[in-house]
Amino acid sequence: MLYLILFLPLLGSFISAFFYRNIGDKACQILTSTFISIGAILSSIILFETIKTGNTYQYPIFNWISSGSLKIHWSIYVDSLTAVMLVVVNVVSALVHIYSIGYMNDDPHKPRFMSYLSLFTFMMLSLVTADNFLQLFFGWEGVGLASYLLIGFWYKKDSANNASMKAFIVNRVGDIGLLIAMFIIFKTFGTLTFSEVFSQAADQSKNTIKIFGGEFNLITTICVFLFIGAMGKSAQIILHTWLPDAMEGPTPVSALIHAATMVTAGVFLVARCSPLFEYSQYALNLVAFVGATTAIFAASIAIVQTDIKRIIAYSTCSQLGYMFFAAGMGAYNIAIFHLFTHAFFKALLFLGAGSVIHAFHDEQNIEKMGGVWKKIPMTYTLMIIGTLALTGFPLLAGFYSKDAIIESAYFSKSFFSGYAFVIGLTTAFITSIYSWRLIFKTFHGKYNNTLNFEKIHESGPTMIIPLVVLAFGSIFSGYAFHELFIGENTKFWGKAIFFLKQSTQAHAPLWLLILIPTLVITAIPLSFILFLKRKDIVDGFINNNKPFYNFLVKKWFFDEIYDAIFVKTFRSVGNFLWQRGDVKTIDAYGPDGVAKLIKNLSDRATVMQSGYLYHYATFIIIGLILLIFFKMII
Amino acid sequence: MIAHAIIFYFLSTITILSTIMVIASRNTVHSVFFLILDFVSAACLFIMLGAEFVGMILLIVYVGAVAVLFLFVVMMLEGNFEKIKQGFLQYLPIGFFIGIVIFLELIVVIGGWQYKSEFIGTSKIIYNANETNTEQLGKLIYTDFFLPFQISGLVLLVAMIGAILLTFRRRTNMKRQDMVKQSSRERVDSISSVDAEINKGVKIND
Amino acid sequence: MIEITLIHYLFLSAIIFTLGIFGIFVNRKNVIVILMSIELILLSVNINLVAFSVYLQNVTGQIFTLFILTVAAAESAIGLAIIVIFFRNRGSIQVEDINSMKG
Repeated sequence: MLYLILFLPLLGSFISAFFYRNIGDKACQILTSTFISIGAILSSIILFETIKTGNTYQYPIFNWISSGSLKIHWSIYVDSLTAVMLVVVNVVSALVHIYSIGYMNDDPHKPRFMSYLSLFTFMMLSLVTADNFLQLFFGWEGVGLASYLLIGFWYKKDSANNASMKAFIVNRVGDIGLLIAMFIIFKTFGTLTFSEVFSQAADQSKNTIKIFGGEFNLITTICVFLFIGAMGKSAQIILHTWLPDAMEGPTPVSALIHAATMVTAGVFLVARCSPLFEYSQYALNLVAFVGATTAIFAASIAIVQTDIKRIIAYSTCSQLGYMFFAAGMGAYNIAIFHLFTHAFFKALLFLGAGSVIHAFHDEQNIEKMGGVWKKIPMTYTLMIIGTLALTGFPLLAGFYSKDAIIESAYFSKSFFSGYAFVIGLTTAFITSIYSWRLIFKTFHGKYNNTLNFEKIHESGPTMIIPLVVLAFGSIFSGYAFHELFIGENTKFWGKAIFFLKQSTQAHAPLWLLILIPTLVITAIPLSFILFLKRKDIVDGFINNNKPFYNFLVKKWFFDEIYDAIFVKTFRSVGNFLWQRGDVKTIDAYGPDGVAKLIKNLSDRATVMQSGYLYHYATFIIIGLILLIFFKMII
Repeated sequence: MIAHAIIFYFLSTITILSTIMVIASRNTVHSVFFLILDFVSAACLFIMLGAEFVGMILLIVYVGAVAVLFLFVVMMLEGNFEKIKQGFLQYLPIGFFIGIVIFLELIVVIGGWQYKSEFIGTSKIIYNANETNTEQLGKLIYTDFFLPFQISGLVLLVAMIGAILLTFRRRTNMKRQDMVKQSSRERVDSISSVDAEINKGVKIND
Repeated sequence: MIEITLIHYLFLSAIIFTLGIFGIFVNRKNVIVILMSIELILLSVNINLVAFSVYLQNVTGQIFTLFILTVAAAESAIGLAIIVIFFRNRGSIQVEDINSMKG
């Protein structure tokens, strides 16, 4: 059954890629969607089985590398953590596949899209079912590749190409961290298999490693590098620049990759390596700090964005920050729980945004929308559900997970817990504000578009049904699973997540339990007033604080700084190497040079063949003389 | 001895001078004449050496056939009356240099003589009074060397055929008789019956 | 110098040979002079051979001279025939006009 889950998407991708001419567009879509849906159902079965029995499965498939002391198998390893991720990935992927049938209806390259989606699913699945670092890395790189292919799906658009390259390259920078961590692990632990590494972790916790003359704690170093990899993949603050530009891809792509799965691979990595992270307080502090900073950073930018997908993208970035700082507090289970619920409502929001874009005929600027809540009621309702879940409205999914995170920050005794707690609260407030801003600006107020108002209509059932399923998930997944995932005496996680010290979960004080929902709920009318009724307050604020506003709109000038420091430098170096090194040196002395030399010599040699008879006679005699001459000398 | 020397120097001077004039002469016909003079003086040298048959053959073949052929062709091809072109003097130095080099090489060969060194300085020309040169040659040609003799005959044959083949022209507007064609003419090729229409005549295509 | 030895004949032959070769590429007039220079070269070889055959008392040299004579005659015949045709086609036998082999 596990083989089916893992390889059906690959099969679907393969068939859709190479045989689409034989079976047609519609068949490709239906085939791939069916495969992934089967995978979704099977992974739900596995999750239930794991909940009931707590078994872990390990099936080696075949021997990949066996060189010296390095033995790596392709295998499928399923424990509770993996089961959760399997469900998340497969369910969201299946729904996105079905959604894309409707969304990409006008696109001429449907089979290619479905193939890429299935390929991505396969890579993500092999990432989460890995039992060693190398297979995880394979899946890691594979999802990076799939995201490149999918972001740049409309490859004829320049901006899409640039965005996909940016995503891949920034991911790459993070991957260097992951690779270095793998190298260090192999060098010191002698193996790359998770079980063996984790069993040795306790013994190695006091060791140090010498890097460039300085001595650092071994586990800390490994974890820092692992986290750098996670930063790249999950768009944390320094390596985040690719996420908003990744919205150049079609909306289903954003829903699948950038809401639910790929960006959560970083969180998955940290959770999977929790045995390692638990031994390094320093690395955990770093994780918490970066996560919290990212949360507030992304939220601050999301307030001033006008592209509907970018708002949701920054919201993802911010929620990932939440997950990371939960992990940094040592509460990996809460992080995974938030990942689980977040997948549902973020995918819902993205797909809903896609539906809105579809209704407005590919308009993405929320300034140009408004006042259509009566026209597209289903989308409106579903978006409201998603927003409620995102902001942590009581009783919906986000409420359980987000509150759990903030509580864990309150109770944690780690270095950054106070910082993280304050930021958590503030970000929750800001999240609420911008999410409702999106709703109000998109669906309420004056109609700002040039399209005929009467023509705005609801999307078809293939797009609405996945939204409905996701809405169910957003509403109920929190309540249904919170006892299991983060409850006091849960045995669910078993060995999957390692806790060094059993954290005693005290009950949160009452004021905290009331504060968070209050913040969240008051933000609703606040944003209603600010963005709908009294826009002049906002405009006045903007006018008075132009530099600050600019700072936010330009995304804290990260892109500009990177451009000045890295891009220009690399470009000039590359240019220099190309012009001077390649063209002038290698080409001049290599192929071009040799060709020119030969041409030169042969031009000179053809002078001898002038066509004049007496020249030829002369040369004959000269040759004869030389011959005799040399014969006599020698 | 002295007479021998004087005649030798005289003849060799004439040979060398006429060689130079062959090359340097402006008029091509004059060049041919100097060539003839060259051959004649060489023939005299041969006779003086005692190889009178070779000398006579030189006269008959070279002068009588080859040089006359040259003359014919020169006359036919308007090869005379050429002005010395500009390029002559330009190549003179290098030609001179090459000539000197060749000459020196030949001298070196002679100077490095290693075989039968007693013959270098000899001045004895032994005349065999019993046999003429012709007889001596004949004794060898028809016995030891008859095969090259025949082959040289073949060479001449080939040359003759080649020369005729190259230069033969058939005029196209002359009427000739071809015997074979005439004898092999059939009735079909020569006669045909045609119905003549009244007042229209018959078209004859020749 | 009074006694004429073999050396003198060899010198003579060398001089004529050199002059013949000299004539091949100094000549600017026409192609026939080239052919004549070739005849001169052959003549010098003949002198050489005959001189050797006389001084070494061996008649074989003179036989070879006859053969050279034959071949020279044949070759000049063919050469002149070619020149005749060349003249028919080109209309000129000046050495400088023969330049169609350029390449």
